[in-house]
Amino acid sequence: MNKLLKSKGFQNASASILSIIFGFVFGFIVLLISNPANAVGGFLTILSGGFTGGMKGLGQTLYLATPIIMTGLSVGFAFKTGLFNIGASGQFIIGAFTAVFIAVKATFIPTEILWLVALTGAFVAGGLWALVPGFLKAYRNVNEVIASIMMNYIGMYLVNFMVVKTVFDAARNQSMTPTRAIIPKVGLDTLFNGSNVNLGIIIAILVAIIAYIVLEKTTFGYELKACGYNRSASQYAGMNSKRNILLSMVIAGAFAGLGGGLLYLAGSGKHIQVVDILAAEGFNGIPVALLGLSNPIGIIFAAIFVAYINVGGFYMQLYKFVPEVISIMVAAIIYLSAFSLFFREQISAFFKKRTEGK
Amino acid sequence: MEYVIEMLNITKEFPGIIANDDITLQVRKGEIHALLGENGAGKSTLMSVLFGLYKAEKGTIKVNGQVAKIHNPNDAKKYGIGMVHQHFKLVHNFTVLENVVLGVETVENGFLKLKDAREKVEKISKQYNLFIDPDALISDISVGMEQRVEILKMLYRENEILIFDEPTAVLTPQEIDELMKIMKNLASEGKSIIFITHKLNEIKQVADRVTVLRKGKYIATVDVATTSKEEMSEMMVGRKVLFEVEKGEQKPGEVILEVKNLVVKSKHSHKNAVNNVSFKVRRGEILCIAGIEGNGQTDLVYALTGLTPIESGSLLFKGSDITHSTIRQRSVSGISHIPEDRHKHGLVLDYNLAENLVLQSYFQKDYQNNGFLKFEAIYKHATDLIQQFDIRSGEGANSKTRSMSGGNQQKAIVAREIDKNPDLLIAVQPTRGLDVGAIEYIHKKLVEQRDAGKAVLLVSLEMIEVMNVSDRILVMYEGELVGQADPRVVSQQELGLYMSGSKREVIE
Ligand SMILES: Nc1ncnc2c1ncn2[C@@H]1O[C@H](COP(=O)(O)OP(=O)(O)OP(=O)(O)O)[C@@H](O)[C@H]1O
Ligand SMILES: [Mg+2]
Repeated sequence: MNKLLKSKGFQNASASILSIIFGFVFGFIVLLISNPANAVGGFLTILSGGFTGGMKGLGQTLYLATPIIMTGLSVGFAFKTGLFNIGASGQFIIGAFTAVFIAVKATFIPTEILWLVALTGAFVAGGLWALVPGFLKAYRNVNEVIASIMMNYIGMYLVNFMVVKTVFDAARNQSMTPTRAIIPKVGLDTLFNGSNVNLGIIIAILVAIIAYIVLEKTTFGYELKACGYNRSASQYAGMNSKRNILLSMVIAGAFAGLGGGLLYLAGSGKHIQVVDILAAEGFNGIPVALLGLSNPIGIIFAAIFVAYINVGGFYMQLYKFVPEVISIMVAAIIYLSAFSLFFREQISAFFKKRTEGK
Repeated sequence: MEYVIEMLNITKEFPGIIANDDITLQVRKGEIHALLGENGAGKSTLMSVLFGLYKAEKGTIKVNGQVAKIHNPNDAKKYGIGMVHQHFKLVHNFTVLENVVLGVETVENGFLKLKDAREKVEKISKQYNLFIDPDALISDISVGMEQRVEILKMLYRENEILIFDEPTAVLTPQEIDELMKIMKNLASEGKSIIFITHKLNEIKQVADRVTVLRKGKYIATVDVATTSKEEMSEMMVGRKVLFEVEKGEQKPGEVILEVKNLVVKSKHSHKNAVNNVSFKVRRGEILCIAGIEGNGQTDLVYALTGLTPIESGSLLFKGSDITHSTIRQRSVSGISHIPEDRHKHGLVLDYNLAENLVLQSYFQKDYQNNGFLKFEAIYKHATDLIQQFDIRSGEGANSKTRSMSGGNQQKAIVAREIDKNPDLLIAVQPTRGLDVGAIEYIHKKLVEQRDAGKAVLLVSLEMIEVMNVSDRILVMYEGELVGQADPRVVSQQELGLYMSGSKREVIE
């Protein structure tokens, strides 16, 4: 028992769980302040989250988890290699546009494989978008945070411009519907009746597993992590740290880009809106990565958790909470959970004290 | 006799190891008390317990005869205990003065009040001959100066009990002499000092008593004056240690490395860090580059290993031109490098020992298959080296290198580089921070390399190492080679003249 309590895996998981509890407590306080009468009911709804709507709610949870698994991986993968990719938002939307563009315009590609081609396009486009900050960081030592923030805005405006130019549905001020390239449902729609879940969640989980294998089992991952932990030592060991930084950024971008493709080809009626707002899925990758401790497998669970809370938030509307309060509440839980992870040290110290006390 | 510090029956465990096993340490007021023990014996751990960084499972600490509860460094400070760590903890883009007052600063109307602080710093600096400029930036001062800032920090806080964890490992011989004087001075003012070092000479020079630890256990406390160096090392290692390096006649073979008119630009000044340097290294010899720290040795090594680009000149290794080869190409073609800075270059501290031991070879067939790491082989390799080089840590191959003792980190690097079986081994300060037993072993290994017809290029600041191990000495001064000597005939004094630039000769 003592061994278990002191094991690293347990400490990591318990830190994540304690952080989540902390987030919930704070969320409850927000509810109490804004609408004391319905606070308890609303809070229970959020707690039961994805379970609220039965199989449909669970399906929605998986559907919503799909893109943020990808952006979470994007942030987490870069982080493992010592980079902070805050540009997932731009990479995500560029991927989304590329997917929609191929889906609508590439009429010469057979329907059966069009979705696959479109997703590949999203993957590549996201990677290319991250090439810029990656190159600047590796060869010019420009801070990747600043470069990728700029690329977020450039990406957003470029996509708005390109949507209007190429795949515009003027009546609705949004992109056209990619009817021919919808990701297959593979029976998930009957299992989770009424939800939008599709093959995308399986793709996302597979990609996460591949990312895990690359990071933990291959020489390439060994180099990437060495470079992230200690760049000087990786140079001393003859690794090409510049190339590694570039590649790591490109891979991170490709993950986010694929996330964009997976969301907009889901056939859930989601379109790229021509508005000046950065894609939220990109930023949600940050708390997902934090909660998952940048471990690809942890990120799968973290993304599902975040989606679960969001679905709970959706059902909270029944209690007549204004959408803003719901958003605050959801954001509070997610971000507080993620950031209280910074107190991990204290948490493991707490457990140490307790076991020492005995 | 009255003790200022008593650590009684201290026990501290880490996963897989009892770092301190029922250790007792009693320090008298006004004495310099040395703490001696092999790498990983538990010295740093014991001091961390005293300073409140670790909490011992068992044992009591008494300060001035009273039981003291020390749970964190703030408690330690309350009892007047200060510590200079094995690796310094100064804020680099702050000035000396700002670093000194950090944590005890006085604020008035939201502004730092530095005037009184400055006066106090200047007064202390004068009193103990520290020669500190309060306005210098930490990033601009030398390692020796950084250490004095750490000392000043303790004095500023009016600490009475001063802990020095291996303060001399990073210093030049000149700086060491000065530090010894400062320490004696402090002791004569009534401060009590605990001094960790592996160098028996230093203990002989300044310490009053010494406590010896071995593998986490207390061995004895003895008077320095009546104990010989041989006795001390035997107590510490448990066997006799050879201070002389045993080696046979050298049989120099063909030239393996030829350096021609090498020039390396300096990063800090307009002068060249390495200026028109030429020399040859032969198989079967240990060539030593001697000199005072900061005379271009580091840049020379960086240029040879590929860490720094070369301005002009050329390098021939085993007959082929490697002037523009990458680090990896040089490494694979048979050059090993024990780097000067083990934390910056030598180790990925967040990797475990096994992962670090393949840092230069993970891409070789033995350790990977189609890009997949062969963990079984990697751990087998680690277990072998751990045995062979006696690398000690809590969890063997699985230990995070960050948690290992300084000397064992060094042993891990040396093991990795020698195990590559290089044609040319470039060893920079290879025995820094090692205990006498480990030094003996590493020196034996260097001689073995040479006897096997390999070449060793040794860069060392340690006069005794230079004289004992090398077959030939080149002295570097201000980026140039200024003298050549045969260690069998040259005197230390003469070497010193070359090293300080007072004497120079043309090297053919
Ligand atoms: N934080 C830690 N976690 C796990 N093990 C540790 C930790 N700190 C020290 N150890 C282990 O405890 C033992 C004693 O280490 P310590 O640093 O006290 O040795 P030391 O006597 O200072 O050696 P050196 O002369 O090499 O500095 C070592 O085996 C080390 O691996
Ligand atoms: Mg130590």
